[in-house]
Amino acid sequence: MELLMAITIGVLTACGIYLILRARTFPVVLGLTLLSHGVNLFLFSMGRLTLAAPAVLGDSSHHADPLPQALVLTAIVIGFAMTAFVVVLALRAAVELRSDHVDGADPDEDLR
Amino acid sequence: MDTLPLLPVIIPLLCAALMTFCYNAPLALQRVMGMASVALLLGVALLMATQLPGQDHLLYMLGGWQPPFGIVLVVDRLSVLMLVLTAVLAGFCLVYASRGHDREGAHFHTLVQFQLVGINGAFVTGDLFNLFVFFELLLIASYALLLQGGGAARGRAGLHYVVLNLIGSAFFVVAIGLLYGVTGTLNMADMALRIAAAPAADQPLINAASLLLLAVFGVKAALLPLLFWLPRAYIAASAPVAALFAIMTKVGIYAMLRVFALVFGLQEGLAATLAWQWLWPLALATLTLGAIGVLGAANLRGITAYLVIVSVGTLLAALSLGSEAAVAAALFYLVHSTLLTAAFFLFADLIGRQRGEALDSLRVTAAMSQRKPLGILFFFGAIALVGLPPFSGFVSKLWLLQVTADTPAQGAFWLLVLLAGFIILIALSRAGSKLFWRQPEQSADGPPADPVRLGVVAGMLLCSVALVLLGDPLMDFTEAAARTLLAPADYIAAVQTLAIDPLGGGLTE
Repeated sequence: MELLMAITIGVLTACGIYLILRARTFPVVLGLTLLSHGVNLFLFSMGRLTLAAPAVLGDSSHHADPLPQALVLTAIVIGFAMTAFVVVLALRAAVELRSDHVDGADPDEDLR
Repeated sequence: MDTLPLLPVIIPLLCAALMTFCYNAPLALQRVMGMASVALLLGVALLMATQLPGQDHLLYMLGGWQPPFGIVLVVDRLSVLMLVLTAVLAGFCLVYASRGHDREGAHFHTLVQFQLVGINGAFVTGDLFNLFVFFELLLIASYALLLQGGGAARGRAGLHYVVLNLIGSAFFVVAIGLLYGVTGTLNMADMALRIAAAPAADQPLINAASLLLLAVFGVKAALLPLLFWLPRAYIAASAPVAALFAIMTKVGIYAMLRVFALVFGLQEGLAATLAWQWLWPLALATLTLGAIGVLGAANLRGITAYLVIVSVGTLLAALSLGSEAAVAAALFYLVHSTLLTAAFFLFADLIGRQRGEALDSLRVTAAMSQRKPLGILFFFGAIALVGLPPFSGFVSKLWLLQVTADTPAQGAFWLLVLLAGFIILIALSRAGSKLFWRQPEQSADGPPADPVRLGVVAGMLLCSVALVLLGDPLMDFTEAAARTLLAPADYIAAVQTLAIDPLGGGLTE
């Protein structure tokens, strides 16, 4: 399970960073989403990976760490709101600047 | 009053919530509410300052949950200094904005209050994840504030700013996750003890987390490779928002100081932490780039934005020495530079209003209707900024040079700070002569400057004089702030008094 988790986080983060470096706003937004998924999974795994264990201390000696789950919940909420915000912002920028290039204008547009 | 540390967070939060509910209220009411909240914040911060001589740390447990499991708010002298500065700055910005800027976009006053929640929260919290949450709060409010008024330039600058800060937040979470994975705690005092006692095998992970945090705070503070968002965003923002943002780079610097002095610097001291070794060259490079930018800027707002970068470079270069004297001098310079750069953002707007289409660009195109009063004000402001006597710029710079004398850092620091001062002098002289001296012949009959706006800018420049007049008590205060900051063991002992379990798992006893 550790290997699968590590590969998942790695692939998500790598794809996210690749997309963030693209020049159009839509891939950048997708990249941010993928990056935040990778980060959330990473944060989740920092409570150590456990199977079939309750997230509460007490009766059982075998339990999952509840704190990273709470942190991930916070991070998801913030990430969700920010994705919505950045989508609106990218749309507005695309309408106002008449281009969806991240710098507002495509430097190579004339060459095409 | 045990709840005192909570008030800087809860007052603007309640005010913002109230404003959200009555968003249709007349603007006059919103202005009064906003200013009342800021006045209360200033009062609370000063009240805390009067309580500090007896104890170095004021503590508050959120919801009564005890550390290390609950979130604890810790206020020391550094926090109080930042809280007072924030309240003063926000007061000036709100008065200035109330003369018309707050009409440009919806919910201006609500957003300012939310921004204050985030800024003040970052200054008082003693929990690393809570610091992240407050950072997010202040960032989300700043995204909306930056876009106030709309326009293509703001849209473009806003997009860069938002995307960059979202990436920064993602890495912040990664760093916190790493630290939690290694130490199993989020309370900064607890974490410090556990990191000090961490086995050597965990050290690479801790180092990775500390450098990630340096990068994250570097984005906020505008440290060299991560500062290119700043000029564009600050130039695009409306004047009172840009002035309020002058405190934001300082939030990044505060977070660096707090986290590295407490969490990573417990064992070997601040100056020996891995991140702090990177800070010296990066800060000097930031300073140099800022000075070049000041020379190259095309308008007064641009000059001011690069002045912010120069001040960040100077501050971090001094802080990277890590000694008590250097930190104290840097804190004094922080107060001075924040107020003065904010004043210049407002001043650029004031000048731009009288020059028609030319705004504040450094071209000889338009005549001004009030050239003499504004010119005199600019003259004094420039003197204060460059660091000539008798204003606070001179005192703070002199103190910085004094504390770096006879240290290995003296050569590079003196050379770059003095050179940057000289370059700023050239740039501001050039700006002054373009804006005021060489005026076209035609007479201007534009409206005179709004007296309140003029009063705000003059008031901020008077603060610079006040910093000199109150120099002695203020220097004592920053010295005490530096002393408590660089004694993390006292901070931990203070949190320990509330703790349900021995902090650090009793490892150090």
